[in-house]
Amino acid sequence: MSESPLDVSDPRGAADRESTTRAERDAVEQGRAGGAAALLRSGLGRNLGLVVALVLLCAVGVATAGDRFASTDNALTILRLAATIGVVSIGMTFVITGGGIDLSVGAILALASVWSTTLATQQMAQDTHWVVMVGAALAVGAGCGLVNGLLIAYGGVVPFIATLAMLASARGLAEIISERRTQIVDVPAFTDVFTSEILGIPFIVILFVVVAALGWVLLNRTTFGRRTLAVGGNPEAARLAGINVRRHTVYLYVLVGVCCGIAALMIISRTTTGSATHGQLYELDAIAAVVIGGTLLSGGRGTIVGTVFGVLIFTTLTNVFTLNNRSISEQSLLKGAIIVAAVLLQQRLASRSNT
Amino acid sequence: MSLSRTTTKIAAGLAAGTTVLALAACTSNDSGDDEDLGGGTSEAEQGSNDEEGDTVVIGFSAPAADHGWMGSITESTRNVADQYGDVDLRVAEGTNDVNLQISQVETFINEGVDAIVLLPFDGAAMTPVALRAMEAGIPVVNVDREFDDPNAARVTVLGDNYGMGVSAGTYICEQLGDDPDAVVAEIAGIDSLPLTQDRSQGFEDSLSECGLKVSNRVAADFTVEGGEEAAANLLQAAPRIDALWNHDDDQGVGVLAAIENAGRDELFMVGGAGSANAMRAIQDGDSVLQATVIYPSTQGADGVKLARLLVQQKALGDLVEVEVPRTIQLYAPVVTSENVDQFIDTAFES
Repeated sequence: MSESPLDVSDPRGAADRESTTRAERDAVEQGRAGGAAALLRSGLGRNLGLVVALVLLCAVGVATAGDRFASTDNALTILRLAATIGVVSIGMTFVITGGGIDLSVGAILALASVWSTTLATQQMAQDTHWVVMVGAALAVGAGCGLVNGLLIAYGGVVPFIATLAMLASARGLAEIISERRTQIVDVPAFTDVFTSEILGIPFIVILFVVVAALGWVLLNRTTFGRRTLAVGGNPEAARLAGINVRRHTVYLYVLVGVCCGIAALMIISRTTTGSATHGQLYELDAIAAVVIGGTLLSGGRGTIVGTVFGVLIFTTLTNVFTLNNRSISEQSLLKGAIIVAAVLLQQRLASRSNT
Repeated sequence: MSLSRTTTKIAAGLAAGTTVLALAACTSNDSGDDEDLGGGTSEAEQGSNDEEGDTVVIGFSAPAADHGWMGSITESTRNVADQYGDVDLRVAEGTNDVNLQISQVETFINEGVDAIVLLPFDGAAMTPVALRAMEAGIPVVNVDREFDDPNAARVTVLGDNYGMGVSAGTYICEQLGDDPDAVVAEIAGIDSLPLTQDRSQGFEDSLSECGLKVSNRVAADFTVEGGEEAAANLLQAAPRIDALWNHDDDQGVGVLAAIENAGRDELFMVGGAGSANAMRAIQDGDSVLQATVIYPSTQGADGVKLARLLVQQKALGDLVEVEVPRTIQLYAPVVTSENVDQFIDTAFES
């Protein structure tokens, strides 16, 4: 553990340098440049529209709000806001890539926030360790996801309906448990950790980055990710290829449930409360971010990087509007326009790459 | 230094009670013929306080305008800010997402505004960020929904939910006289909210003083549909009603519709919150709606006025105190056909 990756590669690199000729080195350089171009084509290229949109938004922010926009504090404010919806959107990316949809994310988040802040849970956390609250939130998220997944995969209920039912009942249950009151968190150990900063970066932002990184690896570098793409692209072909489509579908909904649990913990730490009203309309925000990110709503293609950009675009938009004192309605209008523009652009690009 | 500060605080606390009366006086002096809509500026003399001073940047954030009352909060706040040349009001998007509202307040802190006026979607949930603003030296004016830490706000402006119940109950007592058999009904708002419980408690307490009690009670949800449904059920359950108190004028539109549909006219109704709609009905006098009790929708506007005074280090007019009081609770007056003209200009549109 003491050796960093750099330490490992360096000695070999030094040895190589001794033996390689100039020509060989040039070839390596060229290969690297080619790799970068390929990366640009695959990753950045696909997300170029999003990068441009985000840069444009930032330019508008700087032009209209100047230093008030382009400050570290403001960047952190945007990222803190993006963290919660971002984690939910990462989970949503998997479900949508796998050919499903989850309308219940906001409600699951609310239920998880309530369950892990009940007096009983808090008492247990006080007596033992604050991790109890984390466990409760993740377990509730996973549990709801499991119910969604089982209903969809084995019960044959379409995802839209199954998660719509969960949307209603999870929030209802949250209201029953909390008696529609706001539950105040009084576990300092928990809030201390979640509101801490590491090198000036808020803990929840780091958590978002970690979840995004894990999500990227899981989707792009593992069997699980390849199966997700296969299941979303063509479930029948995936089944014939030996993938247990049903079980995989359950996994996907559990995964998004766990993401909701993480997001619930973020909300709890930001507000020091658990409430049945948390996370309202998050399903729409998350789906919008995933879709403008470039993930196909019909499944089979997904991008975590795109989703992260999607979330950042919407939160930056909100921030620029707040800084400029603009009205609610204009912002909603623009959000709608961005979604339509993004989808139209995607279709155009998709048809061009097919021909 | 700290001693004198404490003394000021105590004095301010004592003064808060007086302020209730002072503000009530302001409202009733309101001639309000200059504003087209809910400006809420009282014409009462504010002394030299209205004179232009240094520019004050005020950040304002409130929940989404999904209810007539809430819509009016933001509108009247903007109107009042517009009347001052020295107020630069930054209004954040109205939202029911506490996560977003927190980031709005964070933005205000980053910008270094002079004061923040905050009507939280959830008082407890907004407490940590309000505390941070106060720690950053930005005075926070808490409107309507209280934080759970008194240190999170410099001034708190509150309506009087218990007082609404008392006003409605007292009016019904006056109307029914000493008829011990009178049937009093109540249509509450969202039953689990503390504000609804406060209203009902006040109503019950004041009714009991004239020997009456609530015979039939149902709860709705502050929406027209909910009001209609709850009232229809109530009318079925009670074949004769003498007086009915409905907590909220927005849901009151539905309640009135249900009463009309059932062809009931043996009763009189008292509303709540004080919408322009309700007041016009009271003015016309051709429905069962006889009165309404006000829950001021100009609290945000008052918050802006107070924030301006705080930053410009001015005192609240008509008070001896040098500092703006810590808590201001607004009065819940009864509006009837006799005094409706005084209130209709500051009423909110549903």
